[in-house]
Amino acid sequence: MKVVLENVTKIFPPRNKREQEFMAVNNFTFTVPDGKLIGLLGPSGCGKSTTLYMISGLQKVSGGKIYFGDNDVTNLPAESRGVGLVFQNYALYPHLTVKQNILFPLQNLKGSEKLSKKEMLERAYQAAKLVQIDELMERKPNALSGGQQQRVAIARALVKMPGVLLLDEPLSNLDARLRLQTREEIRRIQKETGITTIFVTHDQEEAMSISDMIVVMRDGVIQQVGKPQEVYDNPTNLFVAKFLGTPPINVFDGEVKGGKLYIGDECVLDVAGVADQPVTVGIRPEGFIPCENNGAMTCNLTNLEIMGRDASVVATHAASLNPTVRAIIDGDCKIDAASATVRYNLKPHKVFLFSKLDEKRIVFAAQNNDDFMTAALKRKYSKF
Amino acid sequence: MTELEKFLLEKKLEREKSRQRVVRVVAQVLLYVFLITMALIVLFPFYWMIISSLKTLTEYQQSPPTFFPKKIIWGNYAEAFHTANLGKLFMNTMYVGVVSTLLSLVITVISAFAFARLEFKGKNALFAALLGTMMIPGELFTITNYQTIYYLNWQNTFTVLIVPFLVSVFYIYLLRQNFLQIPNELYLAAKVDGTSDLKYLWKVMIPLALPTLISITILKMMGAWNSYVWPNLVANDIDHRMITNGLRNAFTDANTQSTNYPVQMAAVALVSFPLFLVFIFLRKYIMKGVSRSGIKG
Amino acid sequence: MVQSKKPWVAWLYLAPAIVLLLVFTAWPIVNTIRMSLLEGYSTAGEIAGKTFEFGFGNFAKVIDYGQFKTCLTNTILLCVLTVPISTFLALLIAVCLNAIKPLQRLLQTIFFLPYVTNSIAIGMVFAAMFNIVGNLSGENPLIVTAGIINEFLALFGVAPVDWINATSTYTTNMIVMVVYIVWNALPFKILILLGGLQSVNKQYYDAAKVDGTSRVRVFTKITVPLLSPMLAYVVITGFIGGFKEYSSIVGIFGEDMGPVGAAGRLNTMVGFIYDALGNHQGRASAAALILFGIIFVVTLINLYVSKKKTHY
Repeated sequence: MKVVLENVTKIFPPRNKREQEFMAVNNFTFTVPDGKLIGLLGPSGCGKSTTLYMISGLQKVSGGKIYFGDNDVTNLPAESRGVGLVFQNYALYPHLTVKQNILFPLQNLKGSEKLSKKEMLERAYQAAKLVQIDELMERKPNALSGGQQQRVAIARALVKMPGVLLLDEPLSNLDARLRLQTREEIRRIQKETGITTIFVTHDQEEAMSISDMIVVMRDGVIQQVGKPQEVYDNPTNLFVAKFLGTPPINVFDGEVKGGKLYIGDECVLDVAGVADQPVTVGIRPEGFIPCENNGAMTCNLTNLEIMGRDASVVATHAASLNPTVRAIIDGDCKIDAASATVRYNLKPHKVFLFSKLDEKRIVFAAQNNDDFMTAALKRKYSKF
Repeated sequence: MTELEKFLLEKKLEREKSRQRVVRVVAQVLLYVFLITMALIVLFPFYWMIISSLKTLTEYQQSPPTFFPKKIIWGNYAEAFHTANLGKLFMNTMYVGVVSTLLSLVITVISAFAFARLEFKGKNALFAALLGTMMIPGELFTITNYQTIYYLNWQNTFTVLIVPFLVSVFYIYLLRQNFLQIPNELYLAAKVDGTSDLKYLWKVMIPLALPTLISITILKMMGAWNSYVWPNLVANDIDHRMITNGLRNAFTDANTQSTNYPVQMAAVALVSFPLFLVFIFLRKYIMKGVSRSGIKG
Repeated sequence: MVQSKKPWVAWLYLAPAIVLLLVFTAWPIVNTIRMSLLEGYSTAGEIAGKTFEFGFGNFAKVIDYGQFKTCLTNTILLCVLTVPISTFLALLIAVCLNAIKPLQRLLQTIFFLPYVTNSIAIGMVFAAMFNIVGNLSGENPLIVTAGIINEFLALFGVAPVDWINATSTYTTNMIVMVVYIVWNALPFKILILLGGLQSVNKQYYDAAKVDGTSRVRVFTKITVPLLSPMLAYVVITGFIGGFKEYSSIVGIFGEDMGPVGAAGRLNTMVGFIYDALGNHQGRASAAALILFGIIFVVTLINLYVSKKKTHY
């Protein structure tokens, strides 16, 4: 089922006289296509969980409309929306067994939807099998690991065959190893069931790795919506550029003069089509090409970390806004670790310019080149 | 879906919504009616006590009864104070309450500290044994204690009202739990800095456990104020009589016609007011102390 | 934990507590058992140099004693009547309190108020409320004061009842005691249950809402099971307190433990122990041990049942 948010707004009233009202979600408009996995991504307090709860119906919208398919569900209570919701702490009933937990939503059905005992059990086992916990049906939640509890919570949300599955920070309570495994699992379950799924996360890697589409949010405002790689390759502003990517993007003070980009005194890139102005420059770690002799940009080398296939070059630069400049380069590249400096040329499509005024992206000629874009993007998107 | 169907569905939804709203409002009203009725029932004895204490005996005996005194007789309070010798009783009770609370706090703090922070042989066994005694009804101890104080020749002294109840296993348990929640690193850091145990106890643990100590103080004082059975057995002479005993004794002829109920109610009110004051100002600590015993940390 | 270089320091800290506990707790346990097992033991006798034979005579005598049966019946009856009533009412009030927002704090405070009262003093207020003064028997009954409760009942056309005076019956006495004990027991139970309700993770209710669970089902399938540890606690402490009921009866009926002309009619186990305390320490000890045994067994049964019923 398609989910559409139209100018959705959430305003929390002030809790006391000194407080002001708080706009948690400001005028959201986006569409979640049917059968896709969407990640709502942003730092804590950006309104992503509030958005999820508004979609579930647990919180009312202050303004705007929400549609499931063609139906306006804005004023429907949660129980009438047919959503499955997985809570951050799973909210499994501690006094019920796994089986009873999964059966719970089915036992609520009334009237024509009412199922026989046998049907309920069948459905429960089906859901359990899907998340591979059918061996644990008689246990209590306390006797399960975090990952298993997560699966039970998903099974409980799926068992009533919801039109939309909502997951609130599904991986945040798991340890690092389980997190990797579980996110693949969520992807698999979503693919197998084809249920439109929306999940919330503050971890960009998590969102990038499994989503069909991500919505990057900040302070209640949508920053960018798109396929993960698209957003990564074409951030609309400095916040998005900084928020996505590990290691994070390198940021410098720079200036455009006569169609050339200067960082410090060095002219590092040709940026034809951009008016003269001071800019913030973002360079992805993979955007550096080491070039000992005629590299355009010179950094002070501090450390070289070789990690098998890749090497990570840690350096400093006077104009850098981060403490260090980190470049990820091919492990075969020979860099003299004893050398005091390292010189780079830059890949134009890995360099982003942002206005000093509003942090918006300034696109330059080399990036407007259609041929270059399509070639690069096609290569990237062949995975999807 | 045709336009008509859509229209009908919307109508139906609207009806359902307004029906739900009505149900919600009715439910809320019923909730409040029930709660306020119960609250009034709970409050009624207090109201009746105060109202009755201000009436003349004639008005008190009037039928149907008045719900507010026609003439307020403050004199009932003076008479009650005088009849029951409340001044003396109050001093006795305060003396017992303050001394036993202070001593009890010291004993509880150092015992809880030893159980929470020091390591010694037999600690767990000793603690378990202490907890075990909490299961035994106090009446079982009373028989022997009655005998013991006879041997010690403590009858009709303040000592007998204070000493036997100085140690409360429950308070030691409560405070130990509280102490245990203070990270051990703080203690280790203090040790590294050369702080003595007692200084650490005084400077770090007591401030952090202050709410619990306040709860214990209040409950202990209330215990002294409300104690009846033990003082009645061992120290019921004029010089050492506690307030509750005095109250009961002053009006033992409760069933005869001659009892001046308004005066009696005034005495009861005088005994109850300090408790209300404590409750109003320290409610938070009392409720915490009481509920802590329910939800063991 | 720090391994102290001087382990005696810990014992020094514990010394006051241990000394007092040895004298006023440990010794009484041993001594109570000793006294209960010496036939016809009394302190006065022991001081006079009398020796007592070992035996179970004290227990036999207690059980045979008519007054003991009255006490046991009264105690059990009060427990069985007051614990379920007060627990049910407290649960109802706690759930309602938890469901409202305005006035919640105020009402919560009011419901807790009886906890901080003096049970003797307020017992006297209850006695006054139920007291009927006058000449109730004979040719010309004359009621001087019917008491506020009777006045209230008169609104519904109920004739004045003698609740606690000379012509009162056992049933009316028990009704008064049940009302007073329930009134007294409510605050603690409400406090604990409301605390339990408020500590239930709100997400369980959200999850139930998303799944379209009805209110009744939420209450029976989620609230009550999640509250079951608190309910068990409240019931167990209620039974323990009920078996030790004494001063609330003194509050209403005085030390006679019964209305005029029927002293001892409402006596309880604890009252029995106090009665025997002065002269028949052997019998008192036996009764105290029986009381302990009953409380112990009832608590075990309660724990066993609640283990089966509480789910985690």
